[in-house]
Amino acid sequence: MTTRIFGSGIRRREDPRLITGGATYTDDVQLPGMLYAAMLRSPHAHAKINSIDITSAVGARGVVAVYTGADIEGVLNGIPCAWVPPGADLVAVTHPAIAKDVVRYQGDAVAVVVAEDRYQAEDALELINVDYEILPSVTNPEAAMKPGAPQLHEDAPNNQAFHWVSEGGDTEAAFSAADVIVKDTIIQQRLIPNAMEPRSAVATWTKATGELTLWSTSQNPHICRFLASLVTGLGEHKIRVIATEVGGGFGSKIPVYADEMITSFCSMQLGRPVKWTATRSEGFQSTIHGRDHVEYVEMAATQEGKITGVRSKIYAGMGAYLSTAGPGVPTILHGLIYCGPYDIGATKADVYGVFSNATPTDAYRGAGRPEATFLIERLVDLLAVELGTDPAELRRKNLIPKFEEGHDVISGLTYDSGDYEPLMDMVLGHADYSALRQEQAQMRENGHYMGIGVTCYNEICGLGPSQVAGAVGFGGGLWESAIVRFHPTGKVHVYSGISPHGQGEETTFAQIVSDELGVDVDDVTITHGDTSNTPMGWGTYGSRTTSVGAGAMVIAARKIKEKARLLAAHLLEAAESDVEYRDGQFSVKGSPDQSKSIQEMATMANVAWNLPEGMEPGLEASAFYDPPNFVYPFGTHLAVVDVDKDNGHIVVRRYIAGDDCGPQINPMIVEGQVHGGVVQGIGQALWEHAIYDDNGQLVTGSMTDYALPRAHLLPNIESLSTVTPSPHNPLGVKGVGETGSIASTVTVYNAVIDALRPLGVTRIDMPLTPEKVWQAIRQGHGS
Amino acid sequence: MFATEFEYQRATSVSEAIQLLSNNPGAKILAGGHSLLPMMKLRLTSIPMLIDIGGINELRGISVENNILRIGALTTHAEIAESYDVKDNAGILWETAYGIGDPQVRNRGTIGGNISHADPASDLPTVLKVMDAKFTIQGTGGLMRGGSRVVSADDFFIGPFETDLGENEILTAIEMPVLMANQHAEYAKMAHPATSFAVVGAGVVLTVEDDVCTAARVAVGGFTPVPTRGLTVEQALIGKVLNEENIASATILIHGDLGSDVFGDVFASAEYRQAMAAIELKHAIFHATGLAHHN
Ligand SMILES: Cc1cc2nc3c(=O)[nH]c(=O)nc-3n(C[C@H](O)[C@H](O)[C@H](O)COP(=O)(O)OP(=O)(O)OC[C@H]3O[C@@H](n4cnc5c(N)ncnc54)[C@H](O)[C@@H]3O)c2cc1C
Repeated sequence: MTTRIFGSGIRRREDPRLITGGATYTDDVQLPGMLYAAMLRSPHAHAKINSIDITSAVGARGVVAVYTGADIEGVLNGIPCAWVPPGADLVAVTHPAIAKDVVRYQGDAVAVVVAEDRYQAEDALELINVDYEILPSVTNPEAAMKPGAPQLHEDAPNNQAFHWVSEGGDTEAAFSAADVIVKDTIIQQRLIPNAMEPRSAVATWTKATGELTLWSTSQNPHICRFLASLVTGLGEHKIRVIATEVGGGFGSKIPVYADEMITSFCSMQLGRPVKWTATRSEGFQSTIHGRDHVEYVEMAATQEGKITGVRSKIYAGMGAYLSTAGPGVPTILHGLIYCGPYDIGATKADVYGVFSNATPTDAYRGAGRPEATFLIERLVDLLAVELGTDPAELRRKNLIPKFEEGHDVISGLTYDSGDYEPLMDMVLGHADYSALRQEQAQMRENGHYMGIGVTCYNEICGLGPSQVAGAVGFGGGLWESAIVRFHPTGKVHVYSGISPHGQGEETTFAQIVSDELGVDVDDVTITHGDTSNTPMGWGTYGSRTTSVGAGAMVIAARKIKEKARLLAAHLLEAAESDVEYRDGQFSVKGSPDQSKSIQEMATMANVAWNLPEGMEPGLEASAFYDPPNFVYPFGTHLAVVDVDKDNGHIVVRRYIAGDDCGPQINPMIVEGQVHGGVVQGIGQALWEHAIYDDNGQLVTGSMTDYALPRAHLLPNIESLSTVTPSPHNPLGVKGVGETGSIASTVTVYNAVIDALRPLGVTRIDMPLTPEKVWQAIRQGHGS
Repeated sequence: MFATEFEYQRATSVSEAIQLLSNNPGAKILAGGHSLLPMMKLRLTSIPMLIDIGGINELRGISVENNILRIGALTTHAEIAESYDVKDNAGILWETAYGIGDPQVRNRGTIGGNISHADPASDLPTVLKVMDAKFTIQGTGGLMRGGSRVVSADDFFIGPFETDLGENEILTAIEMPVLMANQHAEYAKMAHPATSFAVVGAGVVLTVEDDVCTAARVAVGGFTPVPTRGLTVEQALIGKVLNEENIASATILIHGDLGSDVFGDVFASAEYRQAMAAIELKHAIFHATGLAHHN
């Protein structure tokens, strides 16, 4: 079978096992003699630990050990932060895996109980007596930098974790020369990622060999191993991290958490396997949160509507400690994309990273880019109102014209390829934008409030060249690698260092390799997620899995194809230059009946009975791919909402997502990613909010209060696309994992504000709950 | 989270369940478990013994006899939402059941558990109040020895999570008069996006003769300790033609019927919910009377 499968929406091969309970997630791992760990977490946002009495817990039924911060001191190093943006004076505060003297957020671990079963471990938690001296706390990042605010870390005065400024062009000049300036205050509320699978770890220490095996719910097992070696002091060659089956992450499983290090510590102390799995409530408090910005933003423009500058001052909440990639999110992944899809002459991001008594934040689907897109697109809408022009037309006027081989923007990036207007036209046409505007006008006359939001975005993903990673302070490389191996029977095995966890790349990778090697897609197996049998890789995040990970596979596949061709020439007794490859067959030029299949060559290479002079046996290759640039997907999204002025209730009537992620390997999977991302973004606009009360208690700490998007509250998502290949990776593909969440929050938000414009409403803090909308309507202005 | 240790018993009959209840202080009935188990897992409550009534078939089932709709306490929300007997005779209940939670909740949660739990955010107490439902309760006396009693929905709900049920009593059935052709009933709610629980719920049963409202039962719930009858709203509706103007001026009176004990939370304040009571009532009446499409 040799027809090309790139581009067909075949079903996801991972689904049968995922939806029938056939997958082995970390919590499914059972080992002989296994013990269970449970964490005692601080109920307070900020407190001094005067003493901890573990006596009764130690004596409780089934309890094997109880450890506190004193026990890990000098044994486990602190939990590291691995992204230090340059020139930001970042204070890398110590983050002990178990708090010893001070707890700094509700959920900070203070002790761990290890018991024969999980229930005994949970029960014993209640027997630990901690004498806390409650300290004043602060959770809002702006408030945390005000004079007199409670201080979290001695070495970080004013709770300042870092101060990062990035300017492109001369923003001062742009703003002083501007005809029009629009401003807004934007609260990017705290969000709580909720992967279906809770975080979990199983650690087993083999004393005789000095080896640690750690099953961990990680998006990046190789990074996990790397950081685990820093925390435990073990060599990387003595650590095996397994994350073959991970039930969603959305960024929240990038970080290396205290919990898996504590679990490892317990196993190393006790010489028995130890499992820890977060309860859902524990996840709400201790898994990283996302967003949490207080932003003051402004945009400069000419009277004709040419955008000339964007600048921001941002207080970005880091939470109590710096999570693995936390500082990179509001800086590198945010401030550098202030141009969006527009030609803007000057941009400046002025970002304070701030400690507060809240759960640490890190990358959450979109990571920095939804925030950037939100502020740009919000300001464009405000500008359209100010200038009295149509917001879609204002966008069109500022779009960067088509480019195929790179376009430099003032913020310092070089976009790879883009052709923005056709997709915008497609979306506006599909929506019948002018008819929508007419309908809106009519409805308003009858006292009904319908709104339209249009967003153009351009994002940066496919992270990225390793040289840039180094330059922007990312504590690792950003290349990927793959081993492609033909078995003797002609079946193919691919080993990748990247780590998909629900996105469907086992399917798309197999499609790519099947095409490259001309073998049936079912003859290709993709193995990932286990550091002991996969080559080094940096993991799945930043919509990089396909553009970078598959890049390595394609190169490796091409290497073995060439080797197979040389072998075929040898066996066909033809000159090497006369043998050509087509659809899995090697044939002699001019005599197509003289041919050998690549799978036959796999057999012949593996048995090695008759190889050309100097050729090694076997048919496999490994490749490392370091992309020369990021990739820049783009698109236009459009939302139509109806707002009930009596109760503030919002219905998203239509949602149209137009995305260009380059050539689509599997359009069904692309659509699935778009749907998921759009829904997550709408969740931020309308429902989701991690609320802390004045004492730093997480009020929305469960599924009953933290409203995730639900199917019956969402419209049918209409998905459109154009295809603009990236010029620089072997497949021309871009990323699509985050585009939805990057565009949809502001699209829906803008639609709601557009609906309420006749009522004098200019802004409402997210999420746009009915009450907030109703209050804004009553007050007739921004609330 | 994990519940504290508890014992589990499965009762095969109502009398056995009652026996187990009275022999084991602190024991609780387990029906669908959708209210009880989360509370136990969050360790908001610790219960020494659960008595599972899931296998008692006499507690299930839906029937109509002599213009009375009877629903066994163990009937699930899904069974109610799928029943033509309920649809044809108490459409308001049928629709409400479909709007409870999500499929999992409807498949497990029972009408009896919902009522016995008396969560102020539940829908069914409000609906059963306007439907003038009667609850059959059985206690230690045993059915034959007069241990069974009937309590009206108006009297059953005492406070948040507090009902007229005695410690050793079981709710066995819910009965209500079927709706007549001239009766229009509707439940409107603003649902919490996370759970679908009522932020504000409003139920109405209106009897209309020659365009004039001749009888009305109106209640709002979700944010008051128990569903609150809108007695002044009812008075204002009776004798009136049900047009937009009359409905608007009657429903606004709900503010007077609400006591000062009104709940709010981070999603919706007490002030907002109070204001929404009139709006949801208006929606309910508009829908009940077919005026909705004019709005
Ligand atoms: C996510 C979620 C969403 C929900 N959304 C809604 C909603 O939108 N609207 C709504 O109204 N409800 C909602 N509920 C509540 C749901 O309807 C519950 O199932 C119901 O309230 C309890 O019924 P149960 O059978 O599960 O009772 P259980 O949890 O088994 O029992 C609840 C209590 O009632 C007692 N009990 C149960 N049966 C009897 C009996 N026959 N006699 C005496 N005592 C008894 C138990 O001892 C216990 O104290 C939701 C629940 C969840 C988890």
